[in-house]
Amino acid sequence: MPKDHGIGASNKRREDIRFLTGTGNYTDDINIHGQAYVYFLRSDVAHGKINSIDTAAAAAMPGVVRIFTGADFEGIGGLPCGWQVTDKHGEPMKEPPHPVLAQGKVRHVGDPIAAVVADSLDQARDAAEAIELDIEELPAVVDMKAAVQEGSALVHDDIGTNLCYDWGFVEENKGAVEEAFSKAAHVTTLELRNNRLVANPMEPRVAVGDFNRASGDSTLYTTSQNPHVIRLLMGAFVLGIPEHKLRVVAPDVGGGFGTKIFHYAEEAFCTFAAKQLNRAVKWTSSRSEAFMSDAHGRDHVTKIQLALDADNNFTALRTETYANMGAYLSTFAPSVPTWLHGTLMAGNYKTPLIYVNVKAVFTNTVPVDAYRGAGRPEATFQLERVIDKAARELGVDPVELRRQNFITEFPYATPVAVEYDTGDYHATMDKLVEIADFAGFEARRKDSEAKGKLRGLGVNCYIEACGIAPSNLVGQLGARAGLYESATVRVNATGGVVVMTGSHSHGQGHETSFPQVISEMIGIPEDQVEIVHGDTARSPMGMGTYGSRSLAVGGSAMVRAAEKIINKAKKIAAHLMEASEGDIELKDGAFSVAGTDKSVAWGEVCLAAYVPHNYPLEDIEPGLEETAFYDPSNFTYPSGAYCCEVEVDPETGKVTIESFAATDDFGNIVNPMIVDGQVHGGIGQGIGQALLENCAYDENGQLLSASYMDYAMPRASDVPFYKVDHSCQTPCTHNPLGVKGCGEAGAIGSPPAVVNAVIDALHSGGHKVEHIDMPVSPSRVWAAMNG
Amino acid sequence: MAKISMKVNGRDVSGEVEGRTLLVQFLRDQLGLTGTHVGCDTSQCGACTVQVDGKQVKSCTMFAAEAEGAEVSTIEGEAAQDGTLSAIQAAFQEHHGLQCGFCTPGMVMAAKSLLEVNPKPTEAEVRHHLEGNICRCTGYHNIVKAIMAASGQDVGAIAAE
Ligand code: FES
Ligand code: FES
Repeated sequence: MPKDHGIGASNKRREDIRFLTGTGNYTDDINIHGQAYVYFLRSDVAHGKINSIDTAAAAAMPGVVRIFTGADFEGIGGLPCGWQVTDKHGEPMKEPPHPVLAQGKVRHVGDPIAAVVADSLDQARDAAEAIELDIEELPAVVDMKAAVQEGSALVHDDIGTNLCYDWGFVEENKGAVEEAFSKAAHVTTLELRNNRLVANPMEPRVAVGDFNRASGDSTLYTTSQNPHVIRLLMGAFVLGIPEHKLRVVAPDVGGGFGTKIFHYAEEAFCTFAAKQLNRAVKWTSSRSEAFMSDAHGRDHVTKIQLALDADNNFTALRTETYANMGAYLSTFAPSVPTWLHGTLMAGNYKTPLIYVNVKAVFTNTVPVDAYRGAGRPEATFQLERVIDKAARELGVDPVELRRQNFITEFPYATPVAVEYDTGDYHATMDKLVEIADFAGFEARRKDSEAKGKLRGLGVNCYIEACGIAPSNLVGQLGARAGLYESATVRVNATGGVVVMTGSHSHGQGHETSFPQVISEMIGIPEDQVEIVHGDTARSPMGMGTYGSRSLAVGGSAMVRAAEKIINKAKKIAAHLMEASEGDIELKDGAFSVAGTDKSVAWGEVCLAAYVPHNYPLEDIEPGLEETAFYDPSNFTYPSGAYCCEVEVDPETGKVTIESFAATDDFGNIVNPMIVDGQVHGGIGQGIGQALLENCAYDENGQLLSASYMDYAMPRASDVPFYKVDHSCQTPCTHNPLGVKGCGEAGAIGSPPAVVNAVIDALHSGGHKVEHIDMPVSPSRVWAAMNG
Repeated sequence: MAKISMKVNGRDVSGEVEGRTLLVQFLRDQLGLTGTHVGCDTSQCGACTVQVDGKQVKSCTMFAAEAEGAEVSTIEGEAAQDGTLSAIQAAFQEHHGLQCGFCTPGMVMAAKSLLEVNPKPTEAEVRHHLEGNICRCTGYHNIVKAIMAASGQDVGAIAAE
């Protein structure tokens, strides 16, 4: 019988009611009396020297309040980067300034040059057209490999190179890896590109800055996954506003997928301008603007090599990647191709020697940062593609080759600096074989062939590191922040509970799932528990939601705070029942004394805490409110096995997804319905990456895919129903809930399965195609078949 | 500026708009009906889907002035007065057909239009009808399932949840 409440129940989501009735409160729904609107005039060239900006005519246009340019931000901080990578020579990465509004040069199409504030958006836009710009176009740096050649144009002249860092991991292993390759019985090599993507949450970014002259308080309403992080970065590093004078609110947020982690220029601008003008300033991104100002994702060019011995055991792996940083370092950009990528190169396999080299490169493109999975999809894709290629070269079954090399003993210390606590890779593979009906594949292939189609089956495994992250470890790796999470649990006098969490929900359903945990712990119904998030004035300093960390880290903080509450409540209950504290048990919302029929209800204890007439005041304080900060001792390591079946039309090259099956080990699960939904969404995005999506620049740095006319988002008819299974569970050993996190798995695990399936289909038709870069579009497939 | 009047969710409303004011701007900015969302500027995403005189319309592709005298239905008019969800809304909650909720009003309005003309759509028909509505969160699985369930079809057999 599935549970109907508490941990493990598929509770329906309470937040749905407001979203389904049009009463959500997204940032663009917020309007402040008398607000002005800002329109950003953005660069239409990829690289140029700003000779002059003449705003005189524009400033005289109707409704214009003021026009700001880079000159207004001289002496004000630039946008900070939150992670410093040290290169293979021990040198810090190159970290050029990132001004709020362009100063001296424009460095990508979309770089903001001027900000026009007016009474209405139309007036602001009209005035922006009257700004006279003299920009001398410079040669654009677009191709990463060309960018690091001698004589290339420079994105940032001052640093004298386009190479941000050259990272080797683990540098000391390099020699041993080389030696293993020289002794290998077989080496498989694959060169590929992990396509540049745009996260595209359906809600575009919005910022509303407000200022209260009487109190001197600034408030920013913004579409963020982590309002506290924005407050810290913007307050301390950009605008110099102390935390107690700055409130950041991220209300209902319409999807994030990583791109709403980062601190953006528009947020700083609206906060700054509101104070300057003593008037609220609102910015709402259009979709076209989003394409050229939201941080992009992926964009790696990689060569990977796998060495095997005569028995097909993996003996070594090496990989060399060029990672695009874009024109400036976005908040967490340097960490993505390094610590979120290199550390995952062992995958599910006991490869003993691994060397990862990453060259991060500046180009005249939009900054690139974390997008759902962030580094882990790039690691998984190359690894799972090269294994498939090796299996084909060796003439062995790709599933068996994987199984033979699986890690089977835990904890397992990889050669790339992480230690997997638990997992059972055979179990998820066994389950996949069953739910994807491998046995029936040949019959389905025959059916497809009878229709003139080629059918392929692709499999891959994945491992990810999430529940981000142990602060002391990431500090050593260059993070400039801690990555704990916080929660305050406030019990009201009549027993209701409010949890103020530093985690943020932008679709994940915390308002439903977090109360399930409290309900399980205390034994009160979920509807007596309320979750507050997204407002720095209401929740303790917390690091927000990304890296599949909400339940594993934020949920753990909530558990720790609730444990403190329960311990205190037991003391109160012991006093009320004149019993010894050690004998008090809490079950189903009541405290009882072991071995007796004495009990007091949860609500009575809560009331006693706030009306302490009969209360041990000499021993404990009144009230029932506790805060905990939880810092994880390790990452969590969800894993799984995915299978995709495709049909390829040999006439047109069109690929259709016939079925998709996913088995994941997320450890314990609080709300299975929500977890399934997270995986569905991730698979949808992974199929999008594999078949459809591509953010393209031409050689002049012009963004070719700047709207939904040119950037192919997956639609309902591009995907099938998915089969997902989460019955394989090896709980995490180091957090109190035993949970691993599920937000990114689908996007990490699905692209290689799709491409492996396409290659399999082509081979079944006699086309000896080794690789097609994503997106595997009809034209690319057709060219590969006929090329 | 021109004065316009229309009926929105059964209520007579009026306002002053510029010629370039879009219907979605009128709904959101003047009437405060912020349930209708804007997700793009090229008429591709469907977050702004409403009904005008019973027909499915992307309210970002129509000027407010063009809706003069029309009957407009938005997401805010879908639940009953007492808050009871419509069959489609209830099915979306039951089958977890939404995550961040941003595409949801448009999805519900598009589903309503589909079921009015095709009360028992197949999976393929549902997917085809949603061609103009993008969801980034759900991978569409539970949206399609919810719409089929709302049409009274048994979705128990659809791929494991
Ligand atoms: S906002 Fe109307 S279709 Fe996107
Ligand atoms: S639920 Fe977020 S876009 Fe559909």
